[in-house]
Amino acid sequence: MILSASTAGTLLGGAVGLPTSAAVRGADFSQDNPWVWLIKAVLIIVFLLTSVLIAIWFERKVVARMQIRPGPNVHGPFGLLQSLADAMKLLLKEDINVKASDKLIYIVAPMISVFCSLLVFAVIPFGPEVSVFGVVTPLQLTDFPVAVLYILAVTALGVYGIVLGGWSSGSTYPLLGSVRSTAQVISYELAMGLSLVSVFLLAGSMSTSQIVDSQTQVWWFLPLAPAFVIYLISMVGEVNRLPFDLPEAEGELVSGFMTEYSSMKFAWFFLAEYINMINVSAIATTLFFGGWRAPWPLSAINDGMFNEGWWPVLWFLAKMWMFMFMFVWVRGTLLRFRYDQFMKIGWKILIPAALGWIVLVAVVQSVRQFTDTDLRTLLIVLGAIALVGIGASFLIPEKKAPPAEPRAKDQPFDAFADGYPVPPLPGQQLPPSPRRLRARAAADAAARSGAGSPTLTVEAAPSTDQHDDGEEETRG
Amino acid sequence: MTALHLASPGLAAAAGTLAETGRTSAGEALLFWCLAPIMVLAALGLVFARRAVYAAMSVVVVMVSLAILYVAQEAPFLGVVQVIVYTGAVMMLFLFVLMLVGVDASDSLVETIKGQRWIGWLFGLGLAGVLVGVVLTASGIAPQGLDAANADTNPVGLARIIFGDYVFALEVVGVLLITAAVGALVFTHRERLTRKVGQKERADARVAAGTSLVPLPAPGVYARSNAMDVPALDAQGRPIDASVSRVLRVRGQERSVDEVAADNGAGDAARYLDAPDTGPGTTGGVGSTPPQRSITGEETVQ
Repeated sequence: MILSASTAGTLLGGAVGLPTSAAVRGADFSQDNPWVWLIKAVLIIVFLLTSVLIAIWFERKVVARMQIRPGPNVHGPFGLLQSLADAMKLLLKEDINVKASDKLIYIVAPMISVFCSLLVFAVIPFGPEVSVFGVVTPLQLTDFPVAVLYILAVTALGVYGIVLGGWSSGSTYPLLGSVRSTAQVISYELAMGLSLVSVFLLAGSMSTSQIVDSQTQVWWFLPLAPAFVIYLISMVGEVNRLPFDLPEAEGELVSGFMTEYSSMKFAWFFLAEYINMINVSAIATTLFFGGWRAPWPLSAINDGMFNEGWWPVLWFLAKMWMFMFMFVWVRGTLLRFRYDQFMKIGWKILIPAALGWIVLVAVVQSVRQFTDTDLRTLLIVLGAIALVGIGASFLIPEKKAPPAEPRAKDQPFDAFADGYPVPPLPGQQLPPSPRRLRARAAADAAARSGAGSPTLTVEAAPSTDQHDDGEEETRG
Repeated sequence: MTALHLASPGLAAAAGTLAETGRTSAGEALLFWCLAPIMVLAALGLVFARRAVYAAMSVVVVMVSLAILYVAQEAPFLGVVQVIVYTGAVMMLFLFVLMLVGVDASDSLVETIKGQRWIGWLFGLGLAGVLVGVVLTASGIAPQGLDAANADTNPVGLARIIFGDYVFALEVVGVLLITAAVGALVFTHRERLTRKVGQKERADARVAAGTSLVPLPAPGVYARSNAMDVPALDAQGRPIDASVSRVLRVRGQERSVDEVAADNGAGDAARYLDAPDTGPGTTGGVGSTPPQRSITGEETVQ
């Protein structure tokens, strides 16, 4: 693992570091040497592995709180060592190789998943330049003009792990899982890539450090809110998490592509899934939430003190974990989609919306560049257009309700519709209960024959009657 | 194979040009000599692999290695886009089809199109001619140097060429691709002849049909016979036939509870199983009363 990331780092840093240093504002890697690369690469691996342990604990704990139960609380303080114990268990379990599997690919698939997920953090900026033992270096392994595209490429490769793992298992459910995940990733990566294009347009660059630098004034999630929403949705789809976890849907596919995996090989898939969650959260932070920049009131303190040195690492981690919390929140809230609904959202809503948004952003950008209108006038014009648009939308007649089926209200109540005992439909009245009729008749009879004050009895009878009735209903 | 042919002379030429300008570093040479044998092996694997998925994976290896070489030669955009488009989308679709169709080594390799081989040779020769021509014309150009090419970062330089010098060619290619996509849509489009049946209609139909609304019960799982071919037991301890897969029942591979019980040494289990339900007090057990004897003869249930 360490080797792969560090070689990739060396390679990218060595081969492509030069053009970046020439560019404006980007991170400056000119002082880095192979030792610095090695140390950064190792630190990134350590960071990712420990984060995964914490993420598993975090997810179980938060989901438990959302479901009003304590969650893991036995091993270590607050159950913190639970995921360590789980990892040990997975390491020590028997490693089963399925007989019907395609051996080579069966073993290689989990490795592809993990390697590819580890590569993304090579281009994520943790912070600005810091000085360590006299070496001034950015808190980032490497960066180059197409860093964000590199991230997309690496995620695309990571899917091969899932697809091949499912295929090589030689069994039906894993195959179905991997076919689903292929379709899912192809459709959601399109939406994801398109939503990132508007960030490229505004930032004028595809290098991560320059994108962070371009968010000094405003974080892109505000002006690019639609793109941000599309990214949020497609990032959940991209990492196969609920409500988009169709490739591993337990209810239908046992556990999808990883059904036939056990022990360490399963653990690798598990690891890759959580690292991918961290990856997409970090990308969302970097591209839309200002990367390592301090949030607004803090960034103004003491001439930007919190945007220098080691402080930015804190902001970066805080924002990243905010997205991780969102993952857990969504998981605790939403149900899994049906497959056709899921594909419909991807192709008929997300991709057209992303395309439309890109055209809008491109038009606005070109107006800014070619007519040199200043930003304020442009924003006012855009706001006016939006208001007129909203106003016009009120003039469009609402869609007519479908030709109404005979309303339930007008139909007599059938307690055994379709042969099953059913409750009344909305608007239908339950026929008066025979028991209540009998009780009322008895009360009336008692009142008529009673010798006491008639008004009192008459008033009292219905009220007791109602009380009884209510009790009956609750009992029923 | 094509990728290999395409790659090797191009790379050699590029490496040669770089060497002339004195910019091939030791690291770059090392990278090339590490990746080149891998690419050659993978390209051979594409031709000789017996399973279609292995052939597809060989192409992926060649593509990724090629992308790394592009990046090493300071064409990061080309390298990364190659992975996104070809490896991430095109090869993924190939794999998708391979997995769905289930192409295997056992498939017949007899050609169904007449004269396919000759046409193939013809196109191959044509492609080779084009490639040789490209290499020959390319070798006469004086290198500008990468610094000049990547002056405003690689993607910007590339964008100027594509959307400036070659914008017409780009648009033509775009039209071609869209035509192909629309053509594929037309070929696969089917007119819907009947009304679409939605989830609600299906549910209503199932209720109206009066069949079971819930999934069928799972087959029996006992301590001694954890098998698909033994029926589950209902609350009264009687076997539920529907719990065994229909296929097994049709084939006659279903085992009755009696057989399992007999195997396990509970000889008289059959007696109460076959007996009709005679109400509470019998050994079969009714409602919430469990049967007094377990079917498998493992233990006495109280």
